[in-house]
Amino acid sequence: METLYLAIPLASLLGAIIAGFFGGQIGRKGAHTVTILGVGTSFVLSLVALNHHVFAGGETYNETVYTWMVVEGLRFEVGFLIDRLTVMMMSVVTGVSLAVHVYTIGYMADDEHNWPKDSKAGKNSYQRFFSYISLFTFSMLMLVMANNFLQLFFGWEAVGLVSYLLIGFWTVRPTAVYANMKAFLVNRVGDFGFILGIAAIVMYTGSLDYQEVFLQGEALSTQTMSIFMNTEWSVVSVICILLFVGAMGKSAQVPLHVWLPDSMEGPTPISALIHAATMVTAGIFMVTRMSPLFEFSDAALSFVMVIGAITAFSMGLIGIVQNDIKRVVAYSTLSQLGYMTVALGASAYSAAVYHLMTHAFFKALLFLAAGSVIIAMHHEQDMRKMGGLKKYMPITYWTSLIGSLALIGFPGFSGFFSKDSIIEAVHNSTIPGHSIAYAAVLGGVFITAFYSFRMFFMVFHGEERMDKHTKEHLHETSWVVTGPLIALAIPSVMIGAMTISSMLFGDYFGTAVFVRESHDALAKVGENFHGVWGFVEHGVFSWPFLLAMAGVLTAWIMYIKQPGMAAAMVNKYSLIRFFHKVLENKYYADDFNDAAFGGGSRGLGKRLWKYGDIAFIDGLLVNGSAKFVGWFSGITRKIQTGLLYHYAFAMIIGVLLLMTFFVIFGNN
Amino acid sequence: MFAEWPLLSLTVWTPILGGIAVLLTGDKGDANGMRRLALVVSVVTFILSLGLYTGFDTSTSDMQFVEKYEWISVFNIFYHMGVDGISMPLIILTTFTTILVILAGWEVIKKKPSQYMAAFLIMEGLMVGVFSALDSIFFYVFWEGMLVPMFILIGVWGGERRVYATIKFFIYTFIGSVFMLVALIYMYYQGGSFSILDMHQLKLSMDEQILIFFAFLMAFAVKVPMWPVHTWLPDAHVEAPTGGSVILAAIMLKIGGYGFLRFSLPITPDASHALDWLIIFMSLVAVVYIGFVALVQKDMKKLVAYSSIAHMGFVTLGIFVIFQIWENPANTDQTGAVLAIEGAMIQMISHGFISGALFLMIGVLYDRMHTRNITDYGGVVNTMPIFAAFAVFFAMANAGLPGTSGFVGEFMVIIASFKANFWYAFLGATTLILGAAYTLWMVKRVFYGEIANENVRALKDINAREFFIMATLAVAVLALGLWPAPVVDVMHATIENLLQHVAQSKL
Repeated sequence: METLYLAIPLASLLGAIIAGFFGGQIGRKGAHTVTILGVGTSFVLSLVALNHHVFAGGETYNETVYTWMVVEGLRFEVGFLIDRLTVMMMSVVTGVSLAVHVYTIGYMADDEHNWPKDSKAGKNSYQRFFSYISLFTFSMLMLVMANNFLQLFFGWEAVGLVSYLLIGFWTVRPTAVYANMKAFLVNRVGDFGFILGIAAIVMYTGSLDYQEVFLQGEALSTQTMSIFMNTEWSVVSVICILLFVGAMGKSAQVPLHVWLPDSMEGPTPISALIHAATMVTAGIFMVTRMSPLFEFSDAALSFVMVIGAITAFSMGLIGIVQNDIKRVVAYSTLSQLGYMTVALGASAYSAAVYHLMTHAFFKALLFLAAGSVIIAMHHEQDMRKMGGLKKYMPITYWTSLIGSLALIGFPGFSGFFSKDSIIEAVHNSTIPGHSIAYAAVLGGVFITAFYSFRMFFMVFHGEERMDKHTKEHLHETSWVVTGPLIALAIPSVMIGAMTISSMLFGDYFGTAVFVRESHDALAKVGENFHGVWGFVEHGVFSWPFLLAMAGVLTAWIMYIKQPGMAAAMVNKYSLIRFFHKVLENKYYADDFNDAAFGGGSRGLGKRLWKYGDIAFIDGLLVNGSAKFVGWFSGITRKIQTGLLYHYAFAMIIGVLLLMTFFVIFGNN
Repeated sequence: MFAEWPLLSLTVWTPILGGIAVLLTGDKGDANGMRRLALVVSVVTFILSLGLYTGFDTSTSDMQFVEKYEWISVFNIFYHMGVDGISMPLIILTTFTTILVILAGWEVIKKKPSQYMAAFLIMEGLMVGVFSALDSIFFYVFWEGMLVPMFILIGVWGGERRVYATIKFFIYTFIGSVFMLVALIYMYYQGGSFSILDMHQLKLSMDEQILIFFAFLMAFAVKVPMWPVHTWLPDAHVEAPTGGSVILAAIMLKIGGYGFLRFSLPITPDASHALDWLIIFMSLVAVVYIGFVALVQKDMKKLVAYSSIAHMGFVTLGIFVIFQIWENPANTDQTGAVLAIEGAMIQMISHGFISGALFLMIGVLYDRMHTRNITDYGGVVNTMPIFAAFAVFFAMANAGLPGTSGFVGEFMVIIASFKANFWYAFLGATTLILGAAYTLWMVKRVFYGEIANENVRALKDINAREFFIMATLAVAVLALGLWPAPVVDVMHATIENLLQHVAQSKL
């Protein structure tokens, strides 16, 4: 199996290298063929691995590939830990990636129009794009397959790099290159915490290897460290919270969420692949992997849960007021990531990963469907200029409907199983903060249904608001676009029902996920679990379903029945106007960050430079001492007049003074 | 084959004599022949220095390739050379970088090209001499001698304010070194030997150690440069020709770090221990304060110069954090201290590659546009896409991306300093944010966006020679980032021995 595991990431890497360095030689066709072959190989081999571990009962694989370096017994290695959690992630990542690769053939077909005519940067951009998404697949695989913190961090930053390259793929667009820098820097804030967490792990466990560190999880909970003067902190809480700060960056949790909406400046396929289905879930995966540590810190779990609850609720609200189709989906992603995070806080790791998986499919589907709409609309993304697309784009319409129903958790669809189990788990949790979290996730259900169907109705139903030219050219997109939509729609419906029994209430994860008995909220949910049908039946008569239906209904009334209603309400009631404004400005988080961190650090830098370097060190100390020497020598130079009688006079005075001196003191 | 050769002497004297030969060919004849000669000399020197790596015994901390002859017997001064795991990698870095610098000046330098090439070759020999000398006076001769070619390089081929910059550079560094000379002479009177290894063993009282420590600090802190004696560096870089900047950043700064390891720690261990807080403070100020200052620079060279100071902060932090790692009762083994010093070493080598690459890139732009102001650029990616790809790569390396060499040293030092104090690691790790901020913001303003003006529109992408230089450095950055073990392994024995020595009080 070892060669097989190694081949999985390397197949994608190879495709990326060939398409990246030899894009000019192999041409467009060569590039997409080679990368699809590479990722396809990764996908098939991942399925083989999945089969081996899940159905053939393969043992957990944990081996070193090569040793990066060794310092005094501390081993820095690259190695794989393959268990059921890993194979599931590998399959999801490569599967979605494969669909996105195929879709990209259609989406990027006319990419030369996206570049200015006088620019050479657009040369081979098609090949470059394929190279990047394959490189992403490689990086993400390295992240999920890691068996140690060094490689985890490598994958963590490598996906950040590819995300940077892809958000700013259209390097000549000012908004895109602003967004990619923002994304990288905000992620670096998270990584700042992450690297400190790793440093703490090295200090207190003396190892970077998962297994060795996990064995010491319980021991760490009894140790304390002092950070501020006299306060003692539990070591495991410090480690977990620092690691989670990293997750907050990558998985875009409040307040490090600000980069994700802007990342929509990148091409749509990567919004689907990276900024919805895979990379942003890295944080969720990481915390799940670290469950043997998080389980020993209630403080960290509580922190995780509250952050997740805030994200789930507040980001969903912003989704309601967005008019850009991609941004609605982006805020929806933020909100759903919040749901997963809440589940982590409730120790329902398997529910979080389960939602991660179902979400990967239906959210990738929704993004690609949005992309299909954008292609048909000639790169118009404003939903106010759409409407009534149902009859022009039937496949996109039906697949979008499936994606939306899955997202709002309509009973039977995949999202229903995962979201309901999260809500139930939070309900049964005992971690501090669970009641706030429960209220947030329950309220979030209404919001999710509302914004999802607001978008759905605005795009596909109602009045056709596009201009005449666009309308004439409207037609369903080609098979490379609709094919992946259909391919993703199938799991969006089925995967939940297929896997819930084993993943949530069975022993699918085995030893990969560790939950202490006192935390096990999912087990309590499981006690009432009597098969998939029972779960669905129960779901139909529960609060989440009623709230979801209320959300859909409200959207229908406001955007189909009485289209002017939303605007009228905003105009009429000042309180609604106020909330609307706050939401439109995204809680002023961007403005605050720009002013406080962007402007603040530039201002600080300018001051330090001007007053510290230029005025004080250089002005006063360096040039000051030079001036002092100049001043002093200027005075002494005045004595050196060059006139003989001055020197003769000075000699006479000197002789006189010396003589006087000897006369007075000489006798002693 | 190499084993019997006096490899160190050859590595020192081949470039010096070769440089004189280049000088003698003059500028009247065939310029290409002269350039080829210079290139051959630098390549031969590099190959010779590789013998130091292949023939190196990693199991011992003793000096290797030792050569010792009497030089000035009245004062007991010897022609004494040898290398260990600390100096050998730095020598190879020197010989490697010189080849690239010779190539970088190929057709760009029009004014007195033979003297330009000769200056670099002679400087190469002198710098190798600094790293290999084991007699302190011999060391001092190389140490000061090395300033002369650099002084000439900035003064003759420099920019508009070159006179101010050269004088500032020279006086700053010279004042520092004079104190070191006094300290060396004092120790000669105490121990009767100028041998550095003898000085390591010399018993010194605390008061003596503190004075000597400060004398060394003056010399080395200026070279590194550490805050607050760093202000010569941005000026020197801005005025220096591209090759001068590369050597300055890639090698000369390392001599400061080398000095701390070779002189300060082993000769004055107790003073180093007592005053470690001062160096740690200065290092962390360098990382944070200089990071902010770098953010607002308008001149690309100044920006990279400030970035160098911030990155070198990790070197000094790694070297002096060891005492507090030892003092922390939570640490039971040597891992932290070894990590710290090896991290500092790796950071020096990596910074040699990355800062060298960044200055070369600014040189490529300057050769075409004759300006270094960030605002004069914009949208370079549209006209120089291949070059822009290298720029993003080296920018990411400068920001410490894992997989590049820039990550290795910073990671090791951050992990190690956590073992001393949470806040050291906290402040050090701000480089993850600050380093990315100033580097990527520069990349964004210079390379991304639409074509900013007609000058940018007229730019031609890099030629084969420039591509070769960039690609070589990119391979080096990746190799060290993906597999640092071969470099780390040659240092182990030396650094363990150094730590054992430093742990023993001289009092």
